[in-house]
Amino acid sequence: MLFRLKFDSRAVKKPVISMVTLKTSALVNIIRAEVGPRRGEMIVEVEDNLADKVESEFKELGVEVCRLKRKVERSEECVHCGACLSICPVEAIAIGEDGRVEFLDRCVLCGNCVNVCPVKALSLPI
Amino acid sequence: MKGDRAERVKTVAEINEKIRDGSVCVVTAEEMKKIVEELGAERAAREVDVVTTGTFGAMCSTGVFLNFGHSDPPIRMQRVWLNDVEAYTGIAAVDAYLGATQQSEKNPEYGGAHVIQGLVRGEEVELKAVSRGTDCYPEKEVQTVITLEDLNFAEMVNPRNAYQRYNAATNSSGRVLRTYMGTLLPNFGNVSFAGCGEISPLMNDPGFRTIGIGTRIFLCGARGYIIGHGTQHCPGYATLMVKGPLKEMKPEFMRAAYMPGYGVTMYVGVGVPIPVLDAEMAKSLAIRDSEIKTKIIDFGVQRRDRPVIREVTYAELKSGKVEINGEEVRVSPLSSVYLARKVMEELKEMILKGEFLLTQPVERLSKGEPLKPLRVVTKLVRSVMSEAVTVTPDTDVRTAARLMIEKGLNHLPVVDGSGKLVGIITSWDVAKAVASGKTGRVEEIMTRNVVTTHPNEAVEVAARKMETHDISALPVVDENGKVLGIVTSEDLSKLLAK
Repeated sequence: MLFRLKFDSRAVKKPVISMVTLKTSALVNIIRAEVGPRRGEMIVEVEDNLADKVESEFKELGVEVCRLKRKVERSEECVHCGACLSICPVEAIAIGEDGRVEFLDRCVLCGNCVNVCPVKALSLPI
Repeated sequence: MKGDRAERVKTVAEINEKIRDGSVCVVTAEEMKKIVEELGAERAAREVDVVTTGTFGAMCSTGVFLNFGHSDPPIRMQRVWLNDVEAYTGIAAVDAYLGATQQSEKNPEYGGAHVIQGLVRGEEVELKAVSRGTDCYPEKEVQTVITLEDLNFAEMVNPRNAYQRYNAATNSSGRVLRTYMGTLLPNFGNVSFAGCGEISPLMNDPGFRTIGIGTRIFLCGARGYIIGHGTQHCPGYATLMVKGPLKEMKPEFMRAAYMPGYGVTMYVGVGVPIPVLDAEMAKSLAIRDSEIKTKIIDFGVQRRDRPVIREVTYAELKSGKVEINGEEVRVSPLSSVYLARKVMEELKEMILKGEFLLTQPVERLSKGEPLKPLRVVTKLVRSVMSEAVTVTPDTDVRTAARLMIEKGLNHLPVVDGSGKLVGIITSWDVAKAVASGKTGRVEEIMTRNVVTTHPNEAVEVAARKMETHDISALPVVDENGKVLGIVTSEDLSKLLAK
């Protein structure tokens, strides 16, 4: 599960990741972090089975938590051409029965498809 | 005409009568294939009147003729820009042709296609025009904002659309190629293909019995016409020149695009209604992807005549995987079957509602002739390469340094006993070795991963290799890796100085 964490001026002062890890024993993988003196934002990954526990612990510490979908985001501009299909390293893009391009859950958010889309319809949620 | 011998079932005029009285039977190309399979061509030809075919793909040869109207004082627009994208103005005073692939002068990922799309979406576009001024057109500069409604005339005229089929692309080279066929991964990492196969208009009437000059078509949602065969029209790879009114087009049937690293293009939706005149027509409408062959060609070779890797059918391409050299390679389509289906459905609706009557072509399309290449005298590496002075891996660095000074060379290819390339050393490598006290054998300081060229490679390609890898010489090798010579950046500059 991917979380976007937002810290306000109070929460940003606490070592929240360590606190949550100690409390839940969940391994928290920091994917992206931008932490300043007054606020911060992080994308972290935790095991699915501990996700609920971790989420409530973060909230307890005053951190705003948002669950991220593990998929690239697609806009209305998509023409379902499929240029992205063969670029995906984990075969997470397919053409469905109706001819539409579908994004499957095994996406690892590498962003390769975002870079080859001819109509710039794709973006990463993080 | 072959079709004349077949039993005539109906004429275009009779079909139009049925469209008017609401009794017409229209199906899409996909539906027709099943119908012919079930009923046979004879019965299908009696039951079905019109088959809608369609394609939706990147069609670079797309553009619009525009007439801006006259300003006061009037201007003869000698150069025109729409959102910083230049349009061609070598025609009458306030006329211009804006090509889809023309790039913006400020943003290479924005171009004519985006301006055309913006106009159809009702957006405002900045118009700038300049002139030297004449007695009849005194104004020298105009700058304003226009919308599609403001234009007197806006007609899409596309010199080459709706390819019957297209070559598929792959890449044998070791680097990622960014092409008009999309991004091609190294070492046959993927395949891309264009065209919609069995539903493509020209694939369903390969004899051009009903598709000809004057055929009314669906172009990006508007009623347009075929005005001739397209540019680069050749047997098996037929193309169409088409036109249609921009003001009647719908945004969902076109899309501006940017092929990463290549340039701007435009996705265009083209639909062609095919009247089912007789059983023979029904038969050609039954064509399947498994019967449509094309070639996978290697973009890794940067020459006009790129090697054919293998033949392939559209059925294999659409399956998402093809085999190359015994390995499974994933495939990307570049055309949208999903939107081609929307084109076919929309055209079917228009006919059923009586809004779209068929036309009889006024002239047949040419069968096409094999394409002539542009004859440009190409210099090959063999004509500019010089003799290579080589060393072996066990040569002393000092000896190599002396050779360089004596012969005035900066590069020495390193070869094994049979003359095969195993490395290269440069004067820079030698200087570095001396500076760090490593003056042992050549093999300790040589570069082992050598970028090479071969005698029949164009000098432009060799020059590009040097630029890409930031190097100043390429050993010339034969197919077995044996060194035949060397080509240096000095050899290439001499060529320019001639």
